[in-house]
Amino acid sequence: MIRHLRRTVAPVALGAVVVLGLAACGGTTRDSVEAEQPGPAGEPAATADPNAPTREGLKIAFLPKQLNNPYSDVETGGGEEAVTELKGEYKLVGPNDASASSQVSYINTLIQQQQDVITIAANDANAVCPSLQQARDAGIKVVSFDSDAAPECRDVFINQATTEGIGQGLVQMASTLAGGQGEIAILSATPNATNQNAWIEVVEQELQKPENSGLQLVATVYGNDDDQKSFQEAQGLLATHPNLKVIVAPTTVGIAAAARYISGSEYKGRVAVTGLGLPNQMREFVKDGTVAQFALWNPADIGYLAGYAGAALASGQITGAEGETFSAGKLGEYTIGAGGEVVLGPPTVFDASNIDQFDF
Amino acid sequence: MTAPQETAEPAGRTPDKTAASRVAVLLRARELGIVLALAALVVVTTAVNPRFLSAQSVRDLALGAAILVVLAVGQTVVVITRNIDLSVGSVLGLSAFATGSLLQAAPGTPVVLALLVGTLVGGLCGLVNGALVRFGNVPALVVTLGTLYVYRGVCFFWAGGQQINADELPPAFLGFGTATLLGVPWLLLIALAVVLVAGFALRSYRSGRELYAMGSNPRAAVLAGVPVGRRLLVAFTVSGALAGLAGVLFAARFGTVDAASGTGDELEVVAAVVVGGVAVFGGSGTVYGAAVGALLLTTIGSALPVLAIDQFWQGAIVGALILAAIGTDRAVAARVAARLRRREAHRG
Amino acid sequence: MAERVGNRAVIRRLAGWDRAIIALLVAFLVVAALTVDNFATGRNLSFLVLDLAPILLIALPMTLVVVTGEIDLSVASTLGLSSAVMGAMWQGGLPIETIIPLCLLLGLVLGAVNGLFVTVFGLPSLAVTIGTLALYRGLALVVLGDAAVAQFPGAYTSLVTGRTLGLPNLLLPLLVLSVVFAVVLHATPVGRSLFTMGAGVDAARFAGIRVARTKFWLYVLTGGVSALAGVLWTLRYASARADNGSGLELAVVAAVLLGGVSIFGGRGTLWGVVAGATLLAALQNALRLADVSTEALTVVTGLLLIVSVIAPNAAGAIRSALLRRRGGPTPPAAGEPSDPPPTTSPSVPSTSVRSS
Repeated sequence: MIRHLRRTVAPVALGAVVVLGLAACGGTTRDSVEAEQPGPAGEPAATADPNAPTREGLKIAFLPKQLNNPYSDVETGGGEEAVTELKGEYKLVGPNDASASSQVSYINTLIQQQQDVITIAANDANAVCPSLQQARDAGIKVVSFDSDAAPECRDVFINQATTEGIGQGLVQMASTLAGGQGEIAILSATPNATNQNAWIEVVEQELQKPENSGLQLVATVYGNDDDQKSFQEAQGLLATHPNLKVIVAPTTVGIAAAARYISGSEYKGRVAVTGLGLPNQMREFVKDGTVAQFALWNPADIGYLAGYAGAALASGQITGAEGETFSAGKLGEYTIGAGGEVVLGPPTVFDASNIDQFDF
Repeated sequence: MTAPQETAEPAGRTPDKTAASRVAVLLRARELGIVLALAALVVVTTAVNPRFLSAQSVRDLALGAAILVVLAVGQTVVVITRNIDLSVGSVLGLSAFATGSLLQAAPGTPVVLALLVGTLVGGLCGLVNGALVRFGNVPALVVTLGTLYVYRGVCFFWAGGQQINADELPPAFLGFGTATLLGVPWLLLIALAVVLVAGFALRSYRSGRELYAMGSNPRAAVLAGVPVGRRLLVAFTVSGALAGLAGVLFAARFGTVDAASGTGDELEVVAAVVVGGVAVFGGSGTVYGAAVGALLLTTIGSALPVLAIDQFWQGAIVGALILAAIGTDRAVAARVAARLRRREAHRG
Repeated sequence: MAERVGNRAVIRRLAGWDRAIIALLVAFLVVAALTVDNFATGRNLSFLVLDLAPILLIALPMTLVVVTGEIDLSVASTLGLSSAVMGAMWQGGLPIETIIPLCLLLGLVLGAVNGLFVTVFGLPSLAVTIGTLALYRGLALVVLGDAAVAQFPGAYTSLVTGRTLGLPNLLLPLLVLSVVFAVVLHATPVGRSLFTMGAGVDAARFAGIRVARTKFWLYVLTGGVSALAGVLWTLRYASARADNGSGLELAVVAAVLLGGVSIFGGRGTLWGVVAGATLLAALQNALRLADVSTEALTVVTGLLLIVSVIAPNAAGAIRSALLRRRGGPTPPAAGEPSDPPPTTSPSVPSTSVRSS
């Protein structure tokens, strides 16, 4: 049989090589596509009327990264509050797994259902883009929150905080906990998470500054936002770096896993954990002394702001151009920044003294 | 498919000691191979970073392996009957969430009761699997693929986005997740007990031997008067119950439980069992092998970061290991068959 | 698997299931069109076809594999690896016209590896393809890590997602491929030999069929088609990722079994599978439009799968129970068909019990 195979495979392979050789001369490559692309989409043609009345009965749909995720639930809870205040129709849909492809099916469904606004936390900025573009062609306004879609496919992006603000905050907390000097390590989400990488870059720049010269970043590891994986990576960090003083985890999954590992190990009290976390998940570790302080924006406010931004778009009060302003209920007035971004505000720092005031 | 000597003779009596023991040596060599691979991995990793063998690190490894070992033992019981249980990941999730909810509602619940409840929930799921396979007269692969979806869906319904966090679980239960007895973690002791009990039952009890007979040759087992249907129900119930037990251990170990706990675990469990030398088409293999297989897979997971090998390689390594393991089994089976033929020839 | 003994008679009754599933599909489409808003629109049809395409595409060769009594669980990982390699090469600046044939070639090679393990080394296909499921997905992660490569040429992506004359572009190729596979399976000597193999390897060998060689090429074909599905997937979402299509193998196997193909081999029709895959996709699409929760989708998929295998058996069990109560002759022994053989598939030697 082997001999027979050889006889058949050889011509097939040869044919393939010839075809490839021919195809290789001239063809569509990444560079040629990039050269053709018109660049970022121009400003929307429509003009905004800041005084237009807010429409009632707007159908506003929320599509988080995945359902059944506590963080997403808090975010969309804020969205529901906003939509109720605006007398609109709130809808929450989403996949059980955080995959880009399943989000696309839901966008398609929302187009079919003729929603007025889709607010989405994108699992893959580019994979959702064609569908969102179809939605906009169908007259639906698109607001991205938490995790942006490609800018040309959405009207407005609700950013939880500025990259600099978060990066500096992380270094400040680490420095306090390490007493100004010692080894620190980062436990991040996925190696390609846009948010986390931008923050880590700022952290690295901050560490170059003379006032932080005592701190050494000895490792950056990735827990893939998977509880078990993050747990194992925290284990691995301490196995490799016995003198570690602080683990900085700029992701809610990572910080909870690292705190849980430390609190049940011999390192408790010697190694500090900080980063971005949810108060409800971290409460126990703050109380048992594993975690002294950590930070986060209020996720409910992100959803709330996204709901108001969507309503403002659908009512024609804003178009997503820089400099336009809109009112966001209890959060006050917001201005759209460069690239259609709206920044929520500085993150809150939680510690033993204030953690009981928060429930999310 | 392999190793008929495992089933042909009543336990305890071997007519031809030397040939039988030679065959046994070959089979043991299969398990020895995994133990050696495990040892080599540990030695190399420790050479790179001696802290890999520190007390804390070994304890972490053992705790991580305990859950997979329990699952692998359950899977082994099903696989030796020439069946498979793909629903274990979903059963683990359901049981973990059930236990978490119970402890949340009644924080005073003793740990032992929590263990029992989780095991019971899992056992019920397993019983449903077994009943569908037996009375529906349909292949286990299809049934458990179906219940993989169904149990997970039920869990999602129940949880409805809720996550049970560590601060909602009683400290006694969380303490159990890391507590030790004479320096050995409870989780590991439970896993060891499961392995020893299952290993003893499969080897020394008539009903245990009958599971091998069913897997070796289903038709012959029926003709020999093995109550195939009842044994099948028991095997699936055991697998479910152990997955349920693993769910409780999971909740205690990780302290955070949501509807997605244990998603995709079925693949890792089947991999552990196959790597541990249990034949997918039944009739041969031991829970000891499966347990070592589980330990090996867990160790690989922990060793990669220490060896500074990209985590992305883990899946590829596990896949290659599975292929190597079934290839080796094939070779061993062929040699065993040859030996047995020679033995028959000598006698005749 | 278990209960091989005594299944033969029961398997006979499976043949009716493919007709039942087609009827079910038609009934469902009618009900959905009448009761679910926005279901019966041109745009929804194109969404439906896009969601259906990868599952149906892979289900076609998978049907042939399952009919011979084997299985291939590595298809979704082949899809993922093909997508990852496509992304890496696009990143590296190769022209798309070179990348696509290379990816298909890769799929053929991956399929050949499966085929080699199953036929030349004689290893059980379930175990082999669980191994390659992990291996290929692992390699996809090694190739592309967690990165997502985007910006594929618009001409190609819109070719996949676009519509012509109101009909989705993918519809016609899918129909043509389904017809080709159906003709091969049901109207050629090759197709007949697949059924014979599934009914019993020994019987097939005695009948002069080159079992190993045929199975080898089936795996190669499955690999190639899975890689094609990977290319389509990448272009549809305009995003190459290592985790593309993970878990899809379960959906494909579910579609094949729902279509009435026996997991033991030797039984099934391609039309049943096309109907099964379409029913699954249409059901999900309609339930989403009707705002039914994702959990319900999961449970429904699982229940359908169980029902699809139990329903034919249950009918048989009830019949034989009735016979027994009436004090009539005991039900026929294993291996003997209890009712006239159905007409949908070629004659199956009734004596053989497939050796494993």
